[in-house]
This record gives sequence, structure tokens and C-alpha cells, in this order.
Amino acid sequence: MANVWVFIQEQDGTPSTLGLELLTKARDLGDVTALYVGDGSDEAFATVGEYGASAIFHFSPGDALVSSPVSAAVAALVTEHGPDLILFGQAYDDRDVAGRLAARIGRTVLSNAIDVSLGDGLSVTHEIFGGTQLATSTITGERPYMVIARPKSFEAASAGGPTPSVTAVDLPDVGSSSAKVTGTHVEEKEGPQLEDAAIIVSGGRGLGSAENYSLVEAVAKPLKAATGATRAIVDAGWVPYAKQVGQTGKTVKPDVYIAAGISGAMQHLVGMKDSKTIIAINKDPEAPIFSVADLGIVGDINNVLPKLAEALKNA
Amino acid sequence: MKVVVCVKQIPDPASEYTLEPDSHWLVRPAEQVLDDTDRYGVEMGLQLAQQSDDSTVTLVSMGPTGNMQGIRQALAMGADKAVVVDDTALRGSDALTTARVLAAAIRREGFDLVIAGTESTDGYSGVVPQMVAELLDVPALTYATSVEIGDGVTIHRQTASGYDTVETALPAVVSVTAGVVEPRYPTFKGIMDAKKKQVDTVTVADLGVDASIDQKVTEITPAPERSAGTVIEDDGEAHLAIVAKLRELKVI
Ligand SMILES: Cc1cc2nc3c(=O)[nH]c(=O)nc-3n(C[C@H](O)[C@H](O)[C@H](O)COP(=O)(O)OP(=O)(O)OC[C@H]3O[C@@H](n4cnc5c(N)ncnc54)[C@H](O)[C@@H]3O)c2cc1C
Ligand SMILES: Nc1ncnc2c1ncn2[C@@H]1O[C@H](COP(=O)(O)O)[C@@H](O)[C@H]1O
Repeated sequence: MANVWVFIQEQDGTPSTLGLELLTKARDLGDVTALYVGDGSDEAFATVGEYGASAIFHFSPGDALVSSPVSAAVAALVTEHGPDLILFGQAYDDRDVAGRLAARIGRTVLSNAIDVSLGDGLSVTHEIFGGTQLATSTITGERPYMVIARPKSFEAASAGGPTPSVTAVDLPDVGSSSAKVTGTHVEEKEGPQLEDAAIIVSGGRGLGSAENYSLVEAVAKPLKAATGATRAIVDAGWVPYAKQVGQTGKTVKPDVYIAAGISGAMQHLVGMKDSKTIIAINKDPEAPIFSVADLGIVGDINNVLPKLAEALKNA
Repeated sequence: MKVVVCVKQIPDPASEYTLEPDSHWLVRPAEQVLDDTDRYGVEMGLQLAQQSDDSTVTLVSMGPTGNMQGIRQALAMGADKAVVVDDTALRGSDALTTARVLAAAIRREGFDLVIAGTESTDGYSGVVPQMVAELLDVPALTYATSVEIGDGVTIHRQTASGYDTVETALPAVVSVTAGVVEPRYPTFKGIMDAKKKQVDTVTVADLGVDASIDQKVTEITPAPERSAGTVIEDDGEAHLAIVAKLRELKVI
């Protein structure tokens, strides 16, 4: 049976949803060990077990920047235990640890995976060109293989597994490559969150100004929807990064995605095109967003959104 | 301070990307542009270099040079010189091979600070800067939305819920997000000066790196397509079509 390791980042005291998705996939590939990064707790470890890990290596980096000490510690464990595959998620600390670890052990990483299979070698499916094409990559030879998978590629499902054995791993002194986290700033979260909302209303540059984002919020409110954004308006500083949907933001799959004033660049589409129903409002009939929309409205959002908000309030 | 910025030339994103038939490598025309993602790194490098005397900003790039248009774009912004690694042995490089080459070229130049983008537009492996940092045995301060140089380097590092403040001593690698600074547009003088700036072209043998490539792309298939639905023109009442759709889906 293959020995599969899964990187799990703790979020708000629990294993991240992305980590649970990876565990669910890993169960199908072999015997699963979790690399758990965070404070940890009996409850968190129990959850990791329920989703399929039979053992946990626990790393608590404290105020150290995660990547260097954790990748050094994992590299030592790799030499000792010889895993076949290490799965990471497309998330910040995951990418940092995967990159450093890969360079340390001399095995490359395959990023942006949406599917993984393990046989004589490793075969991975990636979306390329904004998800319009699928590429299959393979790698053979020395193990472990390393993969970074996109969020929502696998559906997290508990297997009802028992609490695994937990081994606390000491982090080595990494000298010149160490860095310190000296402060944490948490942006206030209000209302439904993108990751778990059934309906999402997103706005793009077509809104014209930061103030006009209130048009998006007015539609979202009666629907109890989460609000999202394109990178264009995040970079412009209209809304915080936590709202960004797309390749370098969040991947979402809600029941309904309403895109207002969004052109539909491939880097945006890759994060939302798997929504069950897509509704788009754009004044340009040629906008690429219409090619994925179930319902497209060619019109000015300054007219459509306020009327829609009003109608929903009374619906 | 010696600043090195990793920049990539890519096919114009407005053009249609195609792949070579057997290798499935991206077709790279002679005319390539500076990856938009890297304009932020160049600008950040220029601004930080300005803060101390005797600073230099060197560009390091790997890939088919073509007519060097993308490199000239970055030089025109104000970078001092460029080192370009172009070698047919590097066609189809995976992330680790790319990082080995970049790290070797950077080490050869010497550095206090290496700046990269968070992910390239055409490859977006999103791990090259971290790999380079490991190979150089320095910290990787990643996803920076702000960068300050003092005794060491301090960044705001984007997180899922906001940002962390992260500090370390130099030398270090920093990867910057779009939005870290507003990239300048080259001036006419900048464009003229860029033509005279030094560009060193080096090969794998010059760097003495292991250029073996483990990852192979074996197959390309079209993704299942989403069929487009109905598109209607707003006649002043189109919002009612949305309400009807939401009713049909039973979400209201
Ligand atoms: C490496 C990389 C990663 C990226 N990652 C992401 C990502 O994660 N997420 C993301 O979103 N983008 C990402 N991008 C950026 C992406 O390429 C696009 O630039 C961005 O999505 C465009 O945002 P937009 O649709 O808001 O703006 P635009 O493309 O400017 O579109 C605005 C649209 O609004 C319409 N419009 C204007 N006025 C009105 C009006 N009054 N009424 C109705 N419609 C109107 C216009 O017709 C137009 O279609 C990435 C890019 C790169 C290179
Ligand atoms: N071939 C290359 N030449 C120079 N820099 C590169 C190259 N590939 C990646 N980089 C740097 O690494 C960053 C992230 O790229 P990637 O890991 O490909 O997503 C880019 O924004 C560049 O700064």
C-alpha cells in the first residue's frame, strides 16, 4: 500500500477545509499520514483521523515563518520514512513548504492539480489556459512525488476513522533562512463567507468605483449571499483580498454565481466556472463571461442592480 | 544594496496560446513581452534600490530570449543590467529545474535581496521563488503586499484572513503581489537607454547546474465545456428575468 502524506494547515483552530479535501482523496491512494501545522488539539486531531489519516506528525511553528523550519523537519522525516507521495493544497503556507521541501530533497512539485493518480509513476491532471484545456503530467523515478492540488478538486467526506497516533516533531534551527512573524492583522469578516455560501454576488471593474460596490452588497443582502470580486478591483483597493475569486484568489462552487461588471478573464473563470448556475450582467455583448453564463443580461449594472435589489427585497 | 529581480518573458497574453504538438510545450514566438506580474517586482526593486547609494538592480531571466523585447521593457523601467539564461536543454523545464537555473545565475551575480512575482502568467506553478530561496539558503518572504528595508526586511504577507507582518535579516527572497506598488511606465529616455544596457546571455554549462527535467506533459484534452445559456438585452425589465431564474432554482 502506498504511503501518502497530506499537508494540513490549521485554520481558526481546526484543520482547513482544503486539508480535509486532500485527506479524502489521499484515502483512495494509500495509507495516509497527516503533516499537521498549527497549535493542534485533541478535537482537531480527531477530525483528521475521521477524514482518513492513521498517523499525524504535528508541527507547531509558533511565531516562526512556517516554510523553512517545517520543510527542513519534513525533509528529515522523508529520509526516515520514505513516503510515496506528498499532497499539498494550493494555499499560501502549503506552497511555501512544498517549494522549499522540493528544492531540499531534489524532487519537483506539480502544481494546479485537479486530479492525481499513483501507479508505477505519478500522473496528474491540471487545468491550463483558464480551464479550457486539461493537461496530463507524469513523473517517474525516485519518490516521493509532490503535488499541489487546487481547492475544491475533491469533495471532503468523513470516513469515520479513529483518532490517529500523534507525534510532535521538533523544529530545527534553520539559521540564515529563518524569519519571524511579528504581527497578525485579521480583516473583519462579516456576513456569509465565500467558501460556504450557496449564493455569491461578485463585482468587477464595471462597477466604476469603490462606492458602487454597495450595489453588489444590496443585491447580496436579501439573498443572504456572500460578496466576491475580481482581482482588478482588489488590486485597485476597492475591496479586501479575502473577496477575490479566481486563480490567485478563492475557488468557489456555489449554487448560484452572479457576476456584475466582470469581463470573464480566464484567471477569474477558473475560480468560479464550476458554479451550478451562473448569471452575468455586462454591457458588452462580446464579454467572455457570457460564454459560461446560464443567463446573461446585456445591460448597465447601474440600472439592473438597484432594480434587482429592490425586487428581491419584496420577493 | 544588490537587488536581483526575477523576470519572465511570456507570449502576449492577448494572443491565443498554443502548444507544440508532441512535447506540449508552450509555443514561444520571438516577440515576447514582460510578464505583467513581474512589472511589480521590477518597480519594487527600483524603489528599494533608490533608498541607498551604490545600489544596483539586476534582472535574471530564464527562457528563449527571442528579440528580448520583454527584457528591454524591464530595463526601460530603470533596471541596470540583465542576465538571461537561454539554452535549448531548458525547453520544457519544470519548476525545480527553473529554480536551479535562476538560483545559480543569482549566486553568480551576488545579491542582498531577490524579488520575484507570486506566480507567472503562463506557468503559474507558484513555487519557483520558494525553491530559489531554499537553494540560496535564505528566507522566502512570500505574497508581500508591502516591503520595507531597514536593518533587515519587513513585509506584509497576505494571508487568507488578512496579513501577517514578517521580518528577517538580509539576504532574502521576497515575492510580491500585484498591488505592492504601482509600476511606472517607461519614459522615452528610459526606452532609449535600455538599448545600450548590458545583457549577458549565459548557458547551462556556464552555470554548471543540473538541468534534468522530471516532469513530462503527456496529454492535452479539451475540458468539458459549459454550454452557454440565454442572453437577453436589458429593456429596463431584465432584472425580472433574474428574479424568475432564482425562483426557478428555488433559492428564493
Ligand atoms: C497571474 C494572474 C493571476 C490572476 N488572478 C486573478 C484572480 O484570481 N481573479 C481575478 O478575478 N483575476 C485575476 N487575474 C486578472 C484577470 O486577468 C483580469 O484582469 C481580471 O479578472 C479583470 O477583472 P474585471 O473583470 O473586473 O475587469 P475588466 O476586465 O476591466 O472588465 C470589466 C467589465 O465590466 C464591463 N462594464 C463596464 N461598465 C459596465 C457597466 N456600467 N455595466 C455593465 N458592465 C460594465 C465591461 O464591459 C467589462 O467586461 C489574474 C491575472 C494574472 C496575470
Ligand atoms: N523562467 C523564469 N525566469 C525568470 N523568473 C522566473 C521564471 N519562472 C518563474 N520566475 C519567477 O518566479 C515567479 C513565480 O513564477 P511561477 O513559479 O512560475 O508561478 C515569477 O513571477 C518570476 O518572478
